[in-house]
Amino acid sequence: MAYQPRSITQFTEAAVTVDLDKCIAHKGCTVCIDVCPMDILDIDPATGKAYMKRDECWYCLPCQKDCPTGAIQVAIPYLLR
Amino acid sequence: MSLALPTLESEYDVVVVGGGTAGPMAAIKAKEHDPRLRVLLLDKAHVRRSGAISMGMDGLNNAVVPGYATPEQYTKEITIANDGIVNQSTVYAYAKHSFTTIEQLDRWGVKFEKDATGDYAMRKVHHMGTYVLPMPEGHDVKKVLYRQLKRARVEITNRVIATRLLTAADGSVNGVMGFDSRTAEFHVIRAKSVILACGAAGRLGLPASGYLMGTYENPTNAGDGYVMAYHAGAELANLECYQINPLIKDYNGPACAYVTGPLGGFTANSKGERFIECDYWSGQMMLEFYQELQGGKGPVFLKLNHLAEETIQTIETILHSNERPSRGQFHAGRGTDYRQQMVEMHISEIGFCSGHSASGVAVNEHAETTVPGLYAAGDMAAVPHNYMLGAFTYGWFAGTQAARRAQSTALQPVEAEQVARERARVYAPLLRDSGLPPTQVEYKLRRFVNDYLQPPKVTRKYELGLQRFAEIEHDLDQLHARDAHELMRAAEVSVIRDCAEMAARASLFRTESRWGLYHLRVDYPERNDAEWLCHAHLKKDEHGRMSHFKQDIEPYIVPIAEQEKGAYDRLRVTQTAQAATAQAAHAAALNDA
Repeated sequence: MAYQPRSITQFTEAAVTVDLDKCIAHKGCTVCIDVCPMDILDIDPATGKAYMKRDECWYCLPCQKDCPTGAIQVAIPYLLR
Repeated sequence: MSLALPTLESEYDVVVVGGGTAGPMAAIKAKEHDPRLRVLLLDKAHVRRSGAISMGMDGLNNAVVPGYATPEQYTKEITIANDGIVNQSTVYAYAKHSFTTIEQLDRWGVKFEKDATGDYAMRKVHHMGTYVLPMPEGHDVKKVLYRQLKRARVEITNRVIATRLLTAADGSVNGVMGFDSRTAEFHVIRAKSVILACGAAGRLGLPASGYLMGTYENPTNAGDGYVMAYHAGAELANLECYQINPLIKDYNGPACAYVTGPLGGFTANSKGERFIECDYWSGQMMLEFYQELQGGKGPVFLKLNHLAEETIQTIETILHSNERPSRGQFHAGRGTDYRQQMVEMHISEIGFCSGHSASGVAVNEHAETTVPGLYAAGDMAAVPHNYMLGAFTYGWFAGTQAARRAQSTALQPVEAEQVARERARVYAPLLRDSGLPPTQVEYKLRRFVNDYLQPPKVTRKYELGLQRFAEIEHDLDQLHARDAHELMRAAEVSVIRDCAEMAARASLFRTESRWGLYHLRVDYPERNDAEWLCHAHLKKDEHGRMSHFKQDIEPYIVPIAEQEKGAYDRLRVTQTAQAATAQAAHAAALNDA
């Protein structure tokens, strides 16, 4: 067998966290996902709620400010904290 | 996968690329000029919260308000601050229209600070004139713009990244190509006029934190506009006049002497002493900053701890609710309280941005680039020190001009070969089964930008940098994207690479030093007005290579007297003045206690 290319994954702390009790994404809300300039939020198929999918947060806060239920919390990414 | 991805074709009269600051204004004004025109505003993010002012802005840096400044005074100030290299007609056109733009924004509902009599509450930050108008409640700017876009019936397409412009047989621009960053569908958007308002090249250098998206600029602004204009044949001006900003260390947001300066705050060295007379961002100011950082008196700080409690509360309210509202959280995490500690500052990584310096796509006073049918506005258009109000104003100009052209032009046929070539180029990373992750290539590329291009500029390092960027060009052929989002990041890596090469080549071309730290060449340390008091332009030649040439400075509209030319060279505070400031600050601190 020839050498096979592989990709590996390292874990990263998500700067954006979601209060699953408050988030209403399962009812069709996508405000935080829509307003994120970097498009790093998505809906977690397991919970139906919003979550941070990609490590590209600019800590700019539209998701947190525009969330209608106050379910989003943005921390400064660890590397800058 | 690419076989299954459709090409979606659409037709408009005017297409505006970029929905941040200049873009929405351009789209609204195009529609106002002729409501029958079909106007599209295209954004790689979502217009509601895109661009440099996604969270608002805390003030105007360059308001030319009757009674406080004249267009002539402002034009003179910017000419001197930019070491004489300006097309004054572009700066003057801005200055004459500045107040009209403010009044328009005011009518739309943008809140500016006013005094008890209802007049604008102007503050002085620049070296010579008074141009700063605070916006303590400036967090709603994007909402105001969005409302106007809807009222004007501008069509909006979000989450489509534009990658290349279409050009007609006569060399004019006749459309935009790009893809959806969620579905990867390919878009061919035909247009009679195209306006680029894509912001700064903000992902050129790597922040010292090592965090890719810890940039000063909104990281969506990767330099797309610069590269699209370049490949369409447009001329770019004075790219060697980099953007380098004095920022809060690690956080990489503005410390904001513009807000704090009029309230008594200032940039200080480690002893708490003032070392620059004027906190207005210029190349010369950045050089003084750099020297203080590198010298024994560094690091550099924003000093507020001598101010009264009431003043500090005002500053916190403004700085922690506009532009970069996560700032308060950052300071809290580091245990920095403006009352007790000075705020540690640092020099930013490099970028292109005419909003802050002078590196941009060449435009005239009508926002026209050198390519027919192509207009540029905002941070990416070469009107020096233009800031947010300049972006709005040139967006206005571009919208009106683009609409005019669209009224009298027909849609030009699209060359199928261009579409096929671009589809193949952008989709390649999606077709590979394995390869290099866009993030890793971007990291290495931007680290090389820091290693080789960060001023002071050394010729041999720049030559090595070019070699590395050529190697990265080969790496682009191995990029692998697993979904549409990663495909967007892959497209951006190629944008950043092109900008890096432009930065290096533009810097090597100008064999002198100018604009303080922005273009400090160790091998040519002196300013050489005899040979280099001119624009340096860059464009793609007929062989597809980067070519350079000098361009004469357009005759000045506002003459500059010989003794005024050096005003921005004398920024360093003299020893006696420095001691006096330190004493005053000390006394103020005692009074507060």
